[in-house]
Amino acid sequence: MTDNASPLSEERIAYLEGLVRQARTAAAVFTQCTQEDVDRIVKPMVLAGLEQAQNLARLAIEETKLGVLEDKVIKNMVATEFVYNYVKDKRTVGTIREFPESGLVEVAEPIGVIFSLTPITNPTSTVLFKCIMAIKTRNAVIFSPHPSAWRCCSEAVRIMYETAVKHGAPEGVFTCLESHSLQDNDYLMHHKDVRLIDATGGPGAVKAAYSSGKPALGVGSGNTPVYLEKTADLNMAVVDIIISKTFDNGTICASEQTVVIDDEIYDSVLKKFADLGAHICNEKETELLARTVIDPNTGFMQPMAVGQKATTIARFVGLSVKPKTKLLIAPIQGVGRAYPLSVEKLFPVLAVYRAKSVDEALKVCLDVNHAGGLGHTAVIFSRNDEIIQKFSEVINAGRIIVNSPGSIGALGAVYNDLVPTFSFGCGTGGGNSTTDNVNIYHYLNIKRLARRRQAHMWFRVPNQIYFNMNAVENLRQFPSRSTIIITSPFLEQIGHVDIVRRNLPPQTPVHVMVIPDAEPEVKVVMHGVETLNFYKADQIIALGGGSVIDAAKIMKLKYESPQADLEELAAPFLDLRKRVVQYPTEKTNRAQLIAISTTSGTGSEVTPFAVLMDKERGRKVTLADYSLSPDVAIVDPQFVMSMPKGLTADTGIDCLTHALEAGVSSYASPYTDSNAMQAIRLVFKYLPIAYEHPHDEEARSMMHNAACIAALAFSNASVGVNHALAHAFGARFGVAHGRANALMLPHVIAYNAAVPTKFMPSPYQQAYVAHKKYATIADLLGLGGHTIEEKVQNLVAATEQLLDRLAIPRSIADLGISKEEFERAIPDLAKIAFDDPSWRSNPRMPLVNELVELFWSAYRGRGVTKVASTSQQQTSQLQTV
Amino acid sequence: MDSIAVLLKIDGERVAGALQEVREKLDGAQGEIVLDFSSVRRVDPHALRALEDLAGSADGKAVKVVLRGVNVDIYKVLKLAQLASRFSFLT
Ligand SMILES: NC(=O)c1ccc[n+]([C@@H]2O[C@H](COP(=O)([O-])OP(=O)(O)OC[C@H]3O[C@@H](n4cnc5c(N)ncnc54)[C@H](O)[C@@H]3O)[C@@H](O)[C@H]2O)c1
Ligand SMILES: [Fe+2]
Repeated sequence: MTDNASPLSEERIAYLEGLVRQARTAAAVFTQCTQEDVDRIVKPMVLAGLEQAQNLARLAIEETKLGVLEDKVIKNMVATEFVYNYVKDKRTVGTIREFPESGLVEVAEPIGVIFSLTPITNPTSTVLFKCIMAIKTRNAVIFSPHPSAWRCCSEAVRIMYETAVKHGAPEGVFTCLESHSLQDNDYLMHHKDVRLIDATGGPGAVKAAYSSGKPALGVGSGNTPVYLEKTADLNMAVVDIIISKTFDNGTICASEQTVVIDDEIYDSVLKKFADLGAHICNEKETELLARTVIDPNTGFMQPMAVGQKATTIARFVGLSVKPKTKLLIAPIQGVGRAYPLSVEKLFPVLAVYRAKSVDEALKVCLDVNHAGGLGHTAVIFSRNDEIIQKFSEVINAGRIIVNSPGSIGALGAVYNDLVPTFSFGCGTGGGNSTTDNVNIYHYLNIKRLARRRQAHMWFRVPNQIYFNMNAVENLRQFPSRSTIIITSPFLEQIGHVDIVRRNLPPQTPVHVMVIPDAEPEVKVVMHGVETLNFYKADQIIALGGGSVIDAAKIMKLKYESPQADLEELAAPFLDLRKRVVQYPTEKTNRAQLIAISTTSGTGSEVTPFAVLMDKERGRKVTLADYSLSPDVAIVDPQFVMSMPKGLTADTGIDCLTHALEAGVSSYASPYTDSNAMQAIRLVFKYLPIAYEHPHDEEARSMMHNAACIAALAFSNASVGVNHALAHAFGARFGVAHGRANALMLPHVIAYNAAVPTKFMPSPYQQAYVAHKKYATIADLLGLGGHTIEEKVQNLVAATEQLLDRLAIPRSIADLGISKEEFERAIPDLAKIAFDDPSWRSNPRMPLVNELVELFWSAYRGRGVTKVASTSQQQTSQLQTV
Repeated sequence: MDSIAVLLKIDGERVAGALQEVREKLDGAQGEIVLDFSSVRRVDPHALRALEDLAGSADGKAVKVVLRGVNVDIYKVLKLAQLASRFSFLT
């Protein structure tokens, strides 16, 4: 070893640079090898390692003067044969794993140059293991063995290297520092071309590796607690502990350090240990032992004891033990500096503790775990699954070995199916990046090829929709023991309730619940739920416009699942199917909901939405879930003949807005498009007639169907930014929903048809098509135009003409709202509109300032028809209108 | 070899040797030398060293070395070995 204090000489730097360049070149060349090439190299390496297992073990013993020859041979064989058995069929080049169901493919990318520190305790086995891993993963390694194990390690590297190169590995793939200094290590750890540090060794090496600022696999020391619980097979436990703790004279860092034994079995366990060749120290001997093998200044084990035989240690200490003593057992009464033997001891000295209860045993094991063993290994012998489970929850160890030897158990593949390794990741508890048994996958960058998935879509609607004049007669098929008709005062007054009553099966017990004529509020809903409970309703008939039907949906929800928390269910979400809150599926009561719409707009009779008025906060809350959809919808035009002109216009435009928004929605599908397009066609044709000739049955009927058909579309494709704006504005200024939509509509069409400032990410759409879809709609309506821009412009104009024909105010200013008042409201309006889930399916992602612009456009009103001829210009014009 | 642009085909079976020969011919050359790699499937560390040496010699002599028909796997090797920036490439 060179002098650690002196700086690196120029020659030394040149030497180290040469090593890195050589490794870098080898790693680069290695990337050309295929899986077959690599596998052809690995096998002879493994065979060479097996053949040399004994020689290397002998060299290690001679050089390090620690451990047991026979055990080192076994370690070398595990490092080759067992590791090979694990890696041989694994793919490590190109595609290594495929997940067809998710469209993901994992592709291997080598790391490049790895700088590897190897320990004194498992010198040659660690080198063999790392060489095999490196070749399997096409990496180059520069080894820096522990200085006291340099000769045996460099010989192991040489054997692996020559075999590898002979079978096709690139020259320079392994090198070994020819002498060792901390400066060399430091230089290489910080070298820009060293991509990973794999440090197996003591805390110093691991710390240096992690401090280098490079990705590192630093795996360090442990302090394995063992809980020997009273239900365990004691004979097995005692033998396993002896096997493990004496294996290579206790040098494996996963070996047992303190055995916590239940009081009831303590004496018999110690006797069994003694019978099998352990020496049980008395108090005085324990003290002497502690003083000799543990450094009183640092509290850590004395290096001279590491890997020595029990008899050798006894000799150092001056204990008189039988000649074949395998293990020195030292009873301790606690854990920590006051009990020096409670730390890691990589030699055959085992501390034991007598625990009065499971609770005490677990706590002492935890103390040991926290006294230098966090994240490493723990062992339990027990037949009680609950205690094993508890132990695994309490103890922080990457490997929790059950009913088997700790050291060989942790190495994997002998007593269990852990991945065979010579590097135990200790997780963050041990200052490491992994708790895994380090393996080939830690020597790879795993790239994930993520193919675009064809997103699943859906089309969900109530399974019974009855439409056309007198469709209400279908009520006859629904017997009930208690039916509640929910309606509004006016509809009851004009005899609509009577029509419903007449069409129910004879003798159906009916109660009529008249709710205030306004958008539903929580207190109205809760009062309604009380009524449903009182009458033990099994059938709810909602007879009214969107407000009544929405109220009925929410009442049904709270009636069936009283635990439903409306506030929580209204929580924001991005994707209906991934949202955080789930609607309740447990039901205390059950009632069928039949919705009979009396307006031709909302389509609430088929939708999974319900809008609730939050008076306190002056906003509307949208509940959305398919469980809200009515069970039966009746679309009978006789109930809309009484609609006054204003209501016909407002609700008709709501319907048109639904269809237009669903049509360009980012959730649109061919299923929803067909409904949206048909609804738009019906509205443009029949809404003016229904408005001007309220008694025209055909027009009323077609508009009623249009509303329902549009709702089938937006129930699945959802709406867009128009509704977000209208909800915010309508709630703030008390403007009817349809009218609020109408004020925004032409501006929103122009906005959506322009090139978005921000595209809406959507797995459902391949490209931005809103402008083209508007153009298709214009074609469908026969509006003329040659280019997409012209067609969009014509659609905006046709929409404006329709609004004019329906005498709908064409600007917010026209409603008598002053500019100052509107200006004051704008920040809130924009915020509320941005929180509204409606725009999540808008084709264009609205920026908050764009929402503000849209509000102002609607305030000023007319002017959208002057849509510019290119999309880009449209955007700027919109912003300056 | 003192012409403006010379095209030389590199033998895929003996890349390092071929590059070594090119390097020897560089003396007194100027302008551009195009090495056709289209029959080279893989390179080994010797070939990389030869390329590095060639780049070094060319720098000293103001000769531009252009590699033509390098497959993407070899191109990646050159990137990883930090040699790609020392050559021009032609597809
Ligand atoms: N659930 C959904 O899918 C959905 C979709 C869009 C809108 N909405 C919501 O629906 C509500 C608006 O519903 P709406 O537009 O149907 O209005 P509405 O239900 O509020 O009814 C408006 C007025 O018209 C009266 N009316 C209803 N039918 C009548 C008839 N046939 N003749 C005469 N008067 C009649 C009502 O008594 C009421 O006074 C808003 O809360 C809106 O947010 C819900
Ligand atoms: Fe609506």
